[in-house]
Amino acid sequence: MIAVKEKSNKHEYVELLERMLLIRRSEERLALLAAAGQLPGAVHLYIGEEAVAVGACSVLQERDWITSTHRGHGHFLAKGGDLKAMFAEIWGKKEGICKGMGGSMHVADFSKGILGANGIVGGGFAIATGAGFGAKLRGDGRVVSCFFGDGAANQGVFMESMNISSAWGLPVIFICENNGLSEFTVSSTITGGKLEDRAKAFMPTKVVDGNDVLAVQAAVREAVERARRGDGPSYVEAKTYRIRGHLEAEDAMLGGGTYRSKEDIAAWQAKGKDPISRFETYLLGNGIVEASEVTALQDKIIRIVNEAVAYADAGEDADVTLAHSLMFAAQEA
Amino acid sequence: MPSKRMIAAINEALFEEMERDENIIVFGEDVQLAIMGDTRGLYERFGPNRIRNTPICEATLTGMALGATAAGYHVVLHMMFANFVYTGFDAIANQISKMRLMTGGQLKIPVTFLACYGGGGSNAAQHSDSAHPALMNLGGINVVMPSTPADAKGLLKTALRSPNPCFFLEAAARGGQMGEVPDGEHLVPFGKAALAREGSDVTLVTMGSATKWCLDAATSLGKAGIEAEVVDLRSLVPIDEEAILKSIAKTGRLVVVDESRDCCGAGSHIAAIAADKGFFSLKAPVKRVNIPDVAIPYAPAAELAVLPTPGRIEAAVRQLVG
Repeated sequence: MIAVKEKSNKHEYVELLERMLLIRRSEERLALLAAAGQLPGAVHLYIGEEAVAVGACSVLQERDWITSTHRGHGHFLAKGGDLKAMFAEIWGKKEGICKGMGGSMHVADFSKGILGANGIVGGGFAIATGAGFGAKLRGDGRVVSCFFGDGAANQGVFMESMNISSAWGLPVIFICENNGLSEFTVSSTITGGKLEDRAKAFMPTKVVDGNDVLAVQAAVREAVERARRGDGPSYVEAKTYRIRGHLEAEDAMLGGGTYRSKEDIAAWQAKGKDPISRFETYLLGNGIVEASEVTALQDKIIRIVNEAVAYADAGEDADVTLAHSLMFAAQEA
Repeated sequence: MPSKRMIAAINEALFEEMERDENIIVFGEDVQLAIMGDTRGLYERFGPNRIRNTPICEATLTGMALGATAAGYHVVLHMMFANFVYTGFDAIANQISKMRLMTGGQLKIPVTFLACYGGGGSNAAQHSDSAHPALMNLGGINVVMPSTPADAKGLLKTALRSPNPCFFLEAAARGGQMGEVPDGEHLVPFGKAALAREGSDVTLVTMGSATKWCLDAATSLGKAGIEAEVVDLRSLVPIDEEAILKSIAKTGRLVVVDESRDCCGAGSHIAAIAADKGFFSLKAPVKRVNIPDVAIPYAPAAELAVLPTPGRIEAAVRQLVG
C-alpha cells in the first residue's frame, strides 16, 4: 500500500471499498446462479481483480470513456453502471441495460461512457483509439481508458493501436489487467518478452500491484492527468489474478483437465493478497474506518445485491422482435 | 446537366457534404494525396483535422471508425481496395455490424466506408475482389454499388447523412466513366433500383460494375431482336425486391449478373429471391453470370475470361430465349 494520506480521505476510501464489495458480492451471486443453471448464457467473473477497475475508474470523470472486455461486470459497475440494469441484462430481460440483446459479455451504458464490454479478445483496443482520436479532434479534454488482459496483448491490434495513439498523441490509457492467464492457458507459455516492453516503445509505462487499489489509482491518475494535458497515451500494467475460471462453466468444459493448481488460486486469495480484505485491513489498521462501519457496509451491499436479483427476477422477458428492429437506426435522408 | 467522370462525382459528394456537415471526418491510407482520386483536394480544403493519412493497419482502422463515432463524428474510412476489407474484417463483422443490437440500440454508427472493387485492371488476386457478398451477409451494414456518376453522387450523399454504417463500393474500372451529374442537392435513396433499360424478353438484374456489361450485352441482343430489361439494383442492403419481382413478372426470364464469385455471391441471393417469391412468373430457370470460384488471375486475357463480360451474358440469355 502506498503511504497513508489522511483520515480526511475517508469518504473516498470508503467509496473504493464499497465499489469493490459491490462487484465481489454481485459476482458471487452470479457464480451461484450460473452453477444452478439459472442464467441463460456464460458469465466471466472478475472476482480477484476488482482493485483494477475500481482504482482506475475512481480517477475518471463521467464523461470519460472506457472500453471493457468479456470480463466486464467490474468495469461496468466501477464506471457507474447500474447493477439492477446489469442483472436484468444478464437475466435476458427487457429491463436490461441492453434490453436483453447483449447479455453478460456486452454490458454497456454509453450515457456513462461505457463503450461496451467486448466478446472479442482485444476488441476494445481500436475502439478506444478511435474514441481517443475523436476526443483529440474535439479538444474537450476527455480521456479513454482501455481495459484489456495479458491474453489480448498478443493480438496485433495492440501494437497498431499503441502506434497510432503514440503517433498522434491520443488521450488513451492502456490498462493491462495482467492476470497471467489467457483463457485456459498460462500466458507465460505463449508470450515472448515482457508486455511492458512492448508498450515502452511507444509511451510511458508503469507496472503496479493490481491488487492494491490505491497503487492502481495513483498510476492511472498520473496517466489521466498526462492525457488531459494533451501529452498523449500511457500504459499501466496491473498485476493481478483471476480467482474464478475463464467462465463459470469451466469445469464441465475442461473434462477434468486443469491449467493451474488449487494452491496458486489459494495464494492469491490469502488475506494479504486479496484486494478487498487487504484494503479493509489497511483501513482498519490505520484507524480510517471502524469495524462496525465495515460490517454496516457489507450489509448494505448484500441488500443492494438482493434487490437487484429481485428486480431482474421480476423483469419481463426480452422483446423477441427487437433483433429485427434494432439493427439499423431510422434513416432520415 | 454537366457531364462528369464517376470519380469526380464521388469527389463532389464528399466536398459538398463535408462543407455541409463539419462532423464528417475522413481517414484512411493515403487519403491526402488520394491515389484513387476520390478524396483529392479535401486535405487542401479541410486540413488535417478533417482528413488524415493513417498507418497501414486495417484491423485497427475499422475499429477506430466505430470509436470515433462516440465523439459525434460521421467517419468516412477509405479502405482503398475492397480486398482490404478482409484485413479489417474483425471490427466490421464483430463490432460495427453488431454493436447497435448488442447494446439494445444505445448508439448510432454513422460510418461510411469507401473501397474500390473489381477486376479489369490486371491488379491480380489481392486487389481485384468484390467484397460485397461478405458484407451483405453481416446484416447490419448497408451496401451500395453505383453504376453511374449521378448515382455515385446521390448514393454517397445519402450515406454521408445516414446514421448507419454503409459500404460505398466504387468500381475500380469505372472511375473514368462519364455521365450527367446534377449540381448540388442530389440524393438517391437506398433500396430503390433503377431501370437502366426497358425490355420485354428477359430481365438482367445487376449492380455496380456489371451494369455496363449488361447494357452492352442488351444492345447487342437488341440487334438480334431480343429485348433485355436491365435492373440496376444500386443498393444491395437494403435490396429492392419489388423491382426484381416486377421485372420478372413482365419478362418471365431472369439472368443475374454480378461481379462476385459463384458460391454465396450476391447473385445467389437474388436468384433465391426470385425462386421464393417470383417462381410462378418464371418461364425458364434462373441463370447466373458471375465469377467462377477462383482467384482473379493477372494476365489480361485470363482475367477477362472470368469476369461477367457481355459475351458471357449474351450466351446465358440465349439459353433462355431461344
